[in-house]
Amino acid sequence: MNVGLLIFEQTLNGIQSGVFLFLIAAGLTLVFGIMNLVNLAHGSLYMLGAYAGATAFAASGSFLVAILVSIPAMMLAGVIIEVVALRTLYDRDHMDQVLATFGLILFFNELVRIIWGPESQPMPIPEALSGHVELLPGVPYPEFRIAIIVVGLLVAASLYVLISKTRIGMLIRAGASNRAMAGALGVNIPLLYTLVFGLGAVLAGLSGVMAGPLLAVEPGMGEDMLVRSFVVIVIGGIGSIRGALVASILVGIVETLGRSLLPLALEAVVSNDAAQTAGPALASMLIYVLMAAVLFFRPEGLFTARTG
Amino acid sequence: MLSRAQWIAITVVGAALLAVPSTMAALDEPFYTSLIARILVFAIAVVSLDLILGYGGMVSFGHAAYLGIGAYAVAIPSYYGIDNGYLQLLFAVGGSALVALFIGAVSLRTSGLYFIMITLAFTQMLFYLGVSLEEYGGDDGINTNRSEFASWIDLYDDATLYYFVLACLAVCLVFSYRLVHSRFGRVIRGVHSNEARMQAMGFPTFRYKLTAFVISGAMCGVAGFLLANLTEFITPEYMQWSRSGELMIMVLMGGMGTLFGAVLGAIGFIALEEFIPDILDLFGDGLGQHWSIVLGPLLVVLVLFARGGLWGLLPGRKP
Repeated sequence: MNVGLLIFEQTLNGIQSGVFLFLIAAGLTLVFGIMNLVNLAHGSLYMLGAYAGATAFAASGSFLVAILVSIPAMMLAGVIIEVVALRTLYDRDHMDQVLATFGLILFFNELVRIIWGPESQPMPIPEALSGHVELLPGVPYPEFRIAIIVVGLLVAASLYVLISKTRIGMLIRAGASNRAMAGALGVNIPLLYTLVFGLGAVLAGLSGVMAGPLLAVEPGMGEDMLVRSFVVIVIGGIGSIRGALVASILVGIVETLGRSLLPLALEAVVSNDAAQTAGPALASMLIYVLMAAVLFFRPEGLFTARTG
Repeated sequence: MLSRAQWIAITVVGAALLAVPSTMAALDEPFYTSLIARILVFAIAVVSLDLILGYGGMVSFGHAAYLGIGAYAVAIPSYYGIDNGYLQLLFAVGGSALVALFIGAVSLRTSGLYFIMITLAFTQMLFYLGVSLEEYGGDDGINTNRSEFASWIDLYDDATLYYFVLACLAVCLVFSYRLVHSRFGRVIRGVHSNEARMQAMGFPTFRYKLTAFVISGAMCGVAGFLLANLTEFITPEYMQWSRSGELMIMVLMGGMGTLFGAVLGAIGFIALEEFIPDILDLFGDGLGQHWSIVLGPLLVVLVLFARGGLWGLLPGRKP
């Protein structure tokens, strides 16, 4: 395949993986920015969503049902987790939050292993989206990946509308900028926080369902995603949805292009075998280099929460 | 300063640790000697983390990185036939210090959440670097020889290795204790409680914090050096992010900003890890393999309700 087409296809893959990363990072940055809570268990919510989706899919055979079941299920899971475990953590420092939610990760990984077993759950690509679209002559592109891009952009748009155009968005922003003052003015802050956390859980769960057909649904699947979404929200600026969108697409493209082009570049220097093994790992390092570079020039990330 | 009860605890634990190899040899349970040696190795890492976390308020979520670097400093020279322990120790300390200098220089420009995540991300980067080093085992890891020191320090003798680890821990504890009570340590603690005021008093706080970060990283590198010697095996998993979390939990379990508590924290955590499965197995066959379903909530409870840690249970002045 000629290099131009390869780069085009890989850039598209990068955008898809970036948009997908955004689905996870958006919930994380929302919870960080608004509730000032470090939630390591966000990756577990993603995993729970994937399992809920896979189970509903296995029972019904319909991907749409999987999504429709997992959304309320994740809302419920988020509300329960917030009320039972996280509510007491808001007044604690970040380290306590990190450690307590680290404990939750251990719990959920094991819970999933007990209920579904250690092997990964099958979740095929839905029939209706299993075809290919020819974007450029000679470049077929899977419909399911396009669906992910569409869903991600829809989520980005609706989050924007929700946060900046609706009454509940106004309350959320008020609670974020001054919790005590908003509370004094009669806003039910605990309820608001529970809802925001539930929304974050739904976003994580939705990305889990979307990930099901592409990645393995297995215990611990959320951890790699969690660290990558940390990178995204650090680059984008903690609490900024817009920053998360820009940064996730940036990270997605850098990662995907690195993964496909680095081994090719390495092959010119070292043996084929060595390039095939070292290339992907070096590509995984690229996003951290990117993060270090961004932080060196802008320690607060590309966007701050205040600029949106 | 230490209270009488704390001195008694140090003496009792110290005496018990000294007696471990001969006791376990008498009981014919050599497994426990190596288990306790493992605890002591982690205690060194925990002391190093406590230096910056407990005293400096720097929540490094990537301390496993230095554990890994220290371990690779044994394995890579050994791969090329260099088993000289002095040289490897130099690599371990120098390598971790250099990496800590780099990571600290970038991450200490930020604070709070950013600091936590950046230290985590850099460690993840080193983890992938380890995975990419196919020559040295990639993600499977690689076996390594133990380091060679003078002829009277034969690390292949389990009791000698144990005492070597114990001596390293003692040196690290005394060094750290002196450090936090020195002028330097007071500045670090001052920065923790009010950085702006320390700056106003004319202290270059960034340089102080960076120095503490580098010292801590180098000390954790020593722990990695010992870990590789203990297991005779290295793998990038030593640098996995969950390992950094475990180190933080050990600090918390022992009591933050106590140094000696680190030993108790390491004992407590690794004992839980060893014995929860056995206890669960008593309730039902096969339950033991699901031990982390108990450990997870236990951690949450620990974080919520046991701030002082094990050391805090002793009567004495609270840090």
